[in-house]
Amino acid sequence: MIPAGFEYHRPADIASAIAIIQQHGDEARVIAGGHSLIPMMKLRMADLSHVVDLQAIDVLKGISVSGGTADIGAMVTQNDLITNDALVAALPILREAALQIADPQVRYVGTVGGNVANGDPGNDMPGLMQCLGATYTLVGPDGSREVAARDFYEAAYFTARDDEEILTRISIPVPAAGTGYAYEKQKRKIGDYATAAAAVLIRVESGTCTEASVAMTNLADTPIWSQEAAAALVGSNLDDNARQAAVRAAVDATDPVADNRGPVAFKKHVAAVILRRAIDRAADRAS
Amino acid sequence: MSKMHVKMTVNGKAVEGLAEPRTLLIHFLREDLRITGPHIGCETSHCGACTVDLNGKSVKACTVFVAQADGADITTVEGLVNEDGSLGVIQEMFREHHGLQCGFCTPGMITRAHTLLKENPDPTEDEIRMGIAGNLCRCTGYQNIVKAIQYAAAKLNGRDIQEAAE
Repeated sequence: MIPAGFEYHRPADIASAIAIIQQHGDEARVIAGGHSLIPMMKLRMADLSHVVDLQAIDVLKGISVSGGTADIGAMVTQNDLITNDALVAALPILREAALQIADPQVRYVGTVGGNVANGDPGNDMPGLMQCLGATYTLVGPDGSREVAARDFYEAAYFTARDDEEILTRISIPVPAAGTGYAYEKQKRKIGDYATAAAAVLIRVESGTCTEASVAMTNLADTPIWSQEAAAALVGSNLDDNARQAAVRAAVDATDPVADNRGPVAFKKHVAAVILRRAIDRAADRAS
Repeated sequence: MSKMHVKMTVNGKAVEGLAEPRTLLIHFLREDLRITGPHIGCETSHCGACTVDLNGKSVKACTVFVAQADGADITTVEGLVNEDGSLGVIQEMFREHHGLQCGFCTPGMITRAHTLLKENPDPTEDEIRMGIAGNLCRCTGYQNIVKAIQYAAAKLNGRDIQEAAE
């Protein structure tokens, strides 16, 4: 399993990386942790002449939490999400989700930027970022722009990112103190992609749900952020009826395909179970 | 494609070589450097037999290009022996407590356990099991591997070994 030959680049800054991509067009691609791209190259499903490694660009590696926003550099690894104390305190749902991705070796290398930018419907972070209302920063030859995670995904592996742009940063508004959260994932084994996964945020004030956000993963070409599901929760006291209505609304929005994780009916069943667990856990944690 | 000049530190020794950038780190270690401790199992980043320590992190050397590892500090199972060449603590505990049967997964398991115990010197059984979740063993059922790591943690922490894993 050896990929086709390529020329290797390790630029020291973003401008140099973009210049290399501009020079070689679609013959070139950036590599972050490489744990999605390298397997595709080994299978000869991705064929590139130029690999642009981002590992030496330090500005892509930081995490900062201040002024109600968490900024995460694209080259931050899943393991960094699990071990960064300030980030875990502000957004414990990131740690809960990252621990369910792949295995320790892959989490040391796999990056958040790669996970959100690749557009793979099986990746966990895109749905989670939609739940959290994250914004992505894209830098290209003409400068930088910001795109909401909720507007970023167009189809499987197709996103709002232009070929000559690099996703450099993810900004997440830190939820209000006491916001309940849960990331729930059903998978066949450690390291597998989700059969179904759900990210839920719930805020409760004086016994009433005042804010909610619900997103699901690997149940359609793109993540599903369900405003209908959130609307079923907001304004309720989170009784069983409201929770059932939210689950129905979100599962109605799914469009899974039958594959080796099961037929469509099974996936919708699992989606309902997983989402209900996530809502229950988020509600229990809300204070 | 032309070859590139790569330099790295492997088991404390500076090494260099000429390799195509597409060469996987595991092939460079085994075939160019003749360091054959890390094994090639699945070659698809599932089994963990190729696990090495790269700049303090456990990685699967089948899913890293040698070009990415240019300049890195790498430790393989060969680097975990004592200075006199005798088995290191984790290796010794795997031997002592039958933490292997066929032995194919063992270099990856031990290299992973080394980094796990550096980060978490006193793990619970559950933390050990989650910590080695990226390493498959098809013989032991993991029981004695977990036990060997528990004994290794106890020994490294200077605790009474008899009380470990109870």
